Amino acid sequence: MRTLLVLLDKEFRQFFRNAFLPKMVLMFPLAVMLIFPWTTTMDVHHVNISIVDNDHSQASERLINKVRASDYFTLSNNAETYSMALENLEKGKVDVIVEIPKDFEKDLENGKPEKVSIFANTVNAIKGSLGSQYMSQTATQSIAELYKEKGVSFSSARVSVQYRYNPTLTYRYFMIPALMIMLIIMICGFLPALNIVSEKEIGTIEQINVTPVNKFTFTLAKLVPYWIMGFFVLAVAMIIAWLVYGLIPAGSIGAIFLGAALAALSMSGLGVIVANNSNTVQQAMFVMFFFVMIFVLMSGLITPIESMPSWAQTLTYAFPPRYFVDIMRSVYLKGTLLSELWVDYISLAGLALLLDLLAAITYKKQE
Amino acid sequence: MTGFASFVKKESLHILRDKWTLLIILIFPIVELLLFGFAISIEIKNINFAVSVPHRTEAIRKQVEQISSNPYFTFRGYISGNEVDKELRSGKSDAVVEFSKDNSVLIALDASNPNKAMEGAGYLQSILMSGNSNASETTSNLSSIIPETHMLYNPQMNSAYNFVPGIMGLIFILICAMMTSVSIVREKETGTMDVLLVSPVKPIRIIFAKMVPYFTLSCINLACILFLARYVLKVPMSGNLGGVIGISLLYLSLALALGLLISTVTSKQITALIISGMLLLLPIIMLSGMVFPIENMPAALKPLTYIVPARWYISAIRKLMIEGLPFKYVLKEFSVLLTMTLFLVALALKNFKDKME
Amino acid sequence: MKENIISIKELCKNFGKFKAVDRITFDVKRGEIFGFLGANGAGKTTAIRMLCGLSYPTSGSGTVAGFDVMRNGEKIKHHIGYMSQRFSLYDDLTVYENMKLFGGIYGLSKMQVERRSVEILNQLQFKSEINTLVGSLPLGWKQKLAFCVASLHRPEIVFLDEPTGGVDPVTRRQFWEMIYKASSEGTTIFVTTHYMDEAEYCNRVSIMVDGQIKALDSPAELKKQFNASAIDEVFRSLARGAKRGE
Repeated sequence: MRTLLVLLDKEFRQFFRNAFLPKMVLMFPLAVMLIFPWTTTMDVHHVNISIVDNDHSQASERLINKVRASDYFTLSNNAETYSMALENLEKGKVDVIVEIPKDFEKDLENGKPEKVSIFANTVNAIKGSLGSQYMSQTATQSIAELYKEKGVSFSSARVSVQYRYNPTLTYRYFMIPALMIMLIIMICGFLPALNIVSEKEIGTIEQINVTPVNKFTFTLAKLVPYWIMGFFVLAVAMIIAWLVYGLIPAGSIGAIFLGAALAALSMSGLGVIVANNSNTVQQAMFVMFFFVMIFVLMSGLITPIESMPSWAQTLTYAFPPRYFVDIMRSVYLKGTLLSELWVDYISLAGLALLLDLLAAITYKKQE
Repeated sequence: MTGFASFVKKESLHILRDKWTLLIILIFPIVELLLFGFAISIEIKNINFAVSVPHRTEAIRKQVEQISSNPYFTFRGYISGNEVDKELRSGKSDAVVEFSKDNSVLIALDASNPNKAMEGAGYLQSILMSGNSNASETTSNLSSIIPETHMLYNPQMNSAYNFVPGIMGLIFILICAMMTSVSIVREKETGTMDVLLVSPVKPIRIIFAKMVPYFTLSCINLACILFLARYVLKVPMSGNLGGVIGISLLYLSLALALGLLISTVTSKQITALIISGMLLLLPIIMLSGMVFPIENMPAALKPLTYIVPARWYISAIRKLMIEGLPFKYVLKEFSVLLTMTLFLVALALKNFKDKME
Repeated sequence: MKENIISIKELCKNFGKFKAVDRITFDVKRGEIFGFLGANGAGKTTAIRMLCGLSYPTSGSGTVAGFDVMRNGEKIKHHIGYMSQRFSLYDDLTVYENMKLFGGIYGLSKMQVERRSVEILNQLQFKSEINTLVGSLPLGWKQKLAFCVASLHRPEIVFLDEPTGGVDPVTRRQFWEMIYKASSEGTTIFVTTHYMDEAEYCNRVSIMVDGQIKALDSPAELKKQFNASAIDEVFRSLARGAKRGE
């Protein structure tokens, strides 16, 4: 125990004497939390629409005006023909083309609707799918109105929609917990790994290996500072989320920190495993980078896990951050109880245990 | 052998002798490209929904069937009215359709992911509005006027198309920057930099000698990635291959210059690696347009995106590879990247000279 | 007759086909200053790492401070101190912080560490630098302090791997005075070096060539044996057939 304390004392002194690290650990989360939530919009505004009006009737004019009036759409110059509209789409000036068929008004009068066509540029898949959906809803609505005036009514059930937990549909709120997780992944993953391999590369690790310090104590002394850092960073991030974005956890803060603790334990365990198997900081960094990239892009932080093919979804069961993402978002945004998330917690704890055991086992004091 | 050439040889030997690192540098980008290319999709592919009803009528059962016939919706079961909150909160369902006695319907959605909620709402609404209606001769079914939607260029919504440029932009710049910066800083740390500087070869040439093998490695990476993107991920190279290669080579040079710049601001390997690998990762993911569309960002932040090199590269690659546009459409991106590269090189060299004095 | 504190038999270390240490056999008596000589690349560092529990022997047997080198490497570490040529103290910690760290690791109480540190620094007339970062000290002082830290906990054996490399002659002299003092207090000193003149300071000396021990005796005996006036000459006659080395 005394050995552990003495080692921790060393680690903290070295950390604070470093010219770069303490500043980085403070500034990086600040910058991330202050800037990136503003960039994470999946909201679709300013979908550029080009309408090809083959009918040139009052009815088609009404439809066009409806689109013009909408906030979501920006009506660019209406093209004469489909091929002209397509050219604009190719140039990136138009996202969605709407083609109103010839005899649109006539068919309306006859009660035999000719369908309007919507073409979406899906190179940017979000704009494509959402843009075309909005367009479809808008068109449907206005066509129904037109029909109503002619005396044709479409019966529909009274359907109302209630958006819970994020009634303003602010995408930022969805991403802020994700950013916090990314910070923890990086700080608790990269830093311990680099620290250990650095000692290996410089040679100071030998001086420890030749002492009776047992490897568990040594590994623990290397990890504890970074767990503390992880908590610190999370706390800073949560405060900023509250002060700047007005987002406070709907659920228990204890549940959040428990999840964070387990995530920090897992990531740092992985970091140590990588460090124990690397000889240079370059190797360690590249390998950790490989893992961090995969975790950041495939744990449901930015794109949904359910959207992945099933083989990929199965793969994610091995990713500690995957569980943390679920925990964070559920507790922060929905107020989910710890008991309702027990599967996530247990899985995360299991992974943490496994990784930390491997971390201690793979450390060799004697080769 | 000229001084320059012998330095290039030395650098190449360094790299070749570190087999592990070499393997990592060549294999990882490939693995990641394949993983992300096949796995990542922004589409909402599954929405779990539950239904709460006072009585299970035939009409309602039909509607539930209709909804679940859509492969993107999974029916979780019937729940009672007071379980709705728990169902959504625990994440078991993303939406709950509550039928009330007076035939009105409430769609309660978990809007923590607003996009998912909106897509779910949209689809559920259209089904529920057209169904359960007492359609007769005087009233028709709404589904007859819903427009036909066609997706262009990406009919299967194969998101690989969308992500490959993004992944290329991300991987190239970070790996190159990391490789170059750490290699230069390592010489500083071990003291061998002084030995190099004392040689008759001009410092600039030493630095460029370092970049040559890494440039070569990156080109090998580029070739592998383009090959895989085309033949394995089936991204169309409908545009000109020459343009893609040209702008990629420029981007690689930019990345190397960035690595060089990073190496001038620190003398510790760890710092160089943290800057090039960790600090740059998030800005590139967030600000390059690879995931989040730039057009939607607040006006105040858009200038920030202009200085992210990946933004220009990804935009250019999308136009060239996916939309198949001729090169003249990416002249803007090309010139911006060129300017950035020259600027970075100039800044790096200036720093390098200053530090030496 | 003092007992053996290190007893090694046919110890080997192979890296693939390369025999870094090739069946060495020797004993070191308690309280001795034992010199482990050889050219660079002869295998000295590899050998010493096996004795300290840093490296597993490929074959052979031996005990250090009564513990088996094959199986009880960890137990050995309680009884030894070590100082390597590459490094020994943390550059970004002060002199005192280094002592506190290693003292604590070896089980010294805070008070003991304080007392010993002050004692040592006073002896070296270095007390004023107690709060200086080791990184800013000249090499000679670093080496001397490293030796002090290695013996802070008064171990039975102190292993020194090329302790005087790159250091000026005056400092080298001071270093050896510290070694003598430690030896007189009962500590066994196992020192490797490629400075042949330092051999004269040892009780006994072994000379390693190409991974094997080609000579082992007191400096005086060796000179007689090889008809040489300095250990240097002894070494050169042995090294003539050497395949590894400078």
